[in-house]
Amino acid sequence: MGKFIVSSSPHVANKRTVSGIMLEVLIALCPAVFVSVYVFGFYALFLEILSVGAAVGAECLFNLIMKKEQTYKDCSAMVTGLLLALNLPVSVPFYVPIIGSAFAIIFVKMLFGGIGKNFANPAIAGRIFLLLAWASFMTSFVEPINWDRGGAFKYFACILEGQNGLKDVAAITTATPLSALRSSVQYAKDLPIWKMFLGYIGGSLGETSALAVLIGGAYLIVRRIIDWRIPLTFIGTVALFALIYGAAKGNAGAFILPSLFGGGLFLGAFFMATDYATTPNSKWGLVVFAFGCGLITSLIRFFGNYPEGVSFAILLMNICTPLIDKAIHPRPFGAVKAKKGGAK
Amino acid sequence: MRNNKLNILTNGVVKSNPTFRLVLGTCPTLAVTTQALNGLAMGAAVTFVLLCSNVMISILKNVIPDRVRIPAFVVIIATFVTVVQMVMQKFLPSLYEALGVFLPLIVVNCIILARAEAFASCNPVLDSALDGIGMGFGFTLSLTFIGIVRELLGAGSFFGLPIGSLGNVSMTVFILPAGGFLVYGTLMALVNFLTRIAENRKYEKSAEHIASAEKEA
Repeated sequence: MGKFIVSSSPHVANKRTVSGIMLEVLIALCPAVFVSVYVFGFYALFLEILSVGAAVGAECLFNLIMKKEQTYKDCSAMVTGLLLALNLPVSVPFYVPIIGSAFAIIFVKMLFGGIGKNFANPAIAGRIFLLLAWASFMTSFVEPINWDRGGAFKYFACILEGQNGLKDVAAITTATPLSALRSSVQYAKDLPIWKMFLGYIGGSLGETSALAVLIGGAYLIVRRIIDWRIPLTFIGTVALFALIYGAAKGNAGAFILPSLFGGGLFLGAFFMATDYATTPNSKWGLVVFAFGCGLITSLIRFFGNYPEGVSFAILLMNICTPLIDKAIHPRPFGAVKAKKGGAK
Repeated sequence: MRNNKLNILTNGVVKSNPTFRLVLGTCPTLAVTTQALNGLAMGAAVTFVLLCSNVMISILKNVIPDRVRIPAFVVIIATFVTVVQMVMQKFLPSLYEALGVFLPLIVVNCIILARAEAFASCNPVLDSALDGIGMGFGFTLSLTFIGIVRELLGAGSFFGLPIGSLGNVSMTVFILPAGGFLVYGTLMALVNFLTRIAENRKYEKSAEHIASAEKEA
């Protein structure tokens, strides 16, 4: 007879590791990174590397100071850093991603106990911190570069002073499609939907191309890293409210596609709202969570003061997650539904 | 005996600092510390009220019936707050504007009520006065410190004086409420960290002392 092994649950394990999952997420973000470099030149890549480096560095430094075991090998800091960089406009000074990543890692993740114990998605909280800290940097967007005329290094002029470092500021500043979304039906109709889908527009590094994010998100769903319920419900809710808003304005269909492809909806729905630690445990809980995200996003977009509401929506729903978990319990493995009138 | 008086005075500054150790009066702490000067003014106003109310309550402690002591305290405190408010409105109108509603709200400031209830109502007049000064000084010190940090990071200036071109890169978030919580929490962690180091050192010293005493014996 073999040895008895006494251990506590869980007894069933698979080969997935935290670093494995995080590497898959990094792979899924590759298309968005490629598009960001194609659209905005090498300064975008520089910002992304800086942000990832700062995130990993902050985690190492924190563990060193607190005399804890080094945790950078789980790659989660890299994901946080990259996601944060993809949320920045290209025309930010170099210190913005560094401070944002350091804040996200130290204040949102490490001070609450490290990976799996963060109360909100670090990248989202970092983005909101930067938005509140440097509103002018974070809400000014520039046009895509022109590769033919040697624009690949154009935005390195932003390195110290942001957009003020560019000589012809007025010429290249551009409104994102979202910022004027609520203005009129006619405006919404005239938007270049195809350009928005492919990503050749002004905006944050990673959010311009819905297609690239979609490819990465589909990869994650196929690999079963993320649950399909969150992105589907989130995007579906936003589309639904765009339909209602459009109907109220007299043209039901006009706002749907601009709402979906403009702003950071896809990036948020696939990569930021699907963080394990900050989403509910149950399937229906996930649906409620994602519906809340979509509702708050739509409300802020159509009626709020900020042009974009995805990050605030996700942060607020992150905070609501414990409440959703309290209301909707996950079904224990193997449990059978109690019959009506049966024994308790 | 003399040492005892000194203890009462320093108690409020270090050992039970109202802001960082007792966590009292957090509402004005977070609200008015957007600038160092506002923090200093708020601290000064609270110190004055605290000193006067502590003395007055200590004098009247045998007269005030136990059952209605809280309303009686509030009336005494409100009197001095009104004095501060009127003086400030007349002579420092800009500060009066900046502190806004938090000036009259000193009436219900936890620190003042707590010291009235816990100290002044059961201690002699001189001790109560020392306690008021110590606590008020501790509060002023903490508020000014938080204000300096927030103003430096959020507006790039020090007591209203801009420092170089720091204003161009300053982070607005630190003069918003969110930044107030961030700075407060971080400074409290820092204070706790330093206190722990100091306590450890004291403990080691006393341990050494006992060890050497035992050796001699």
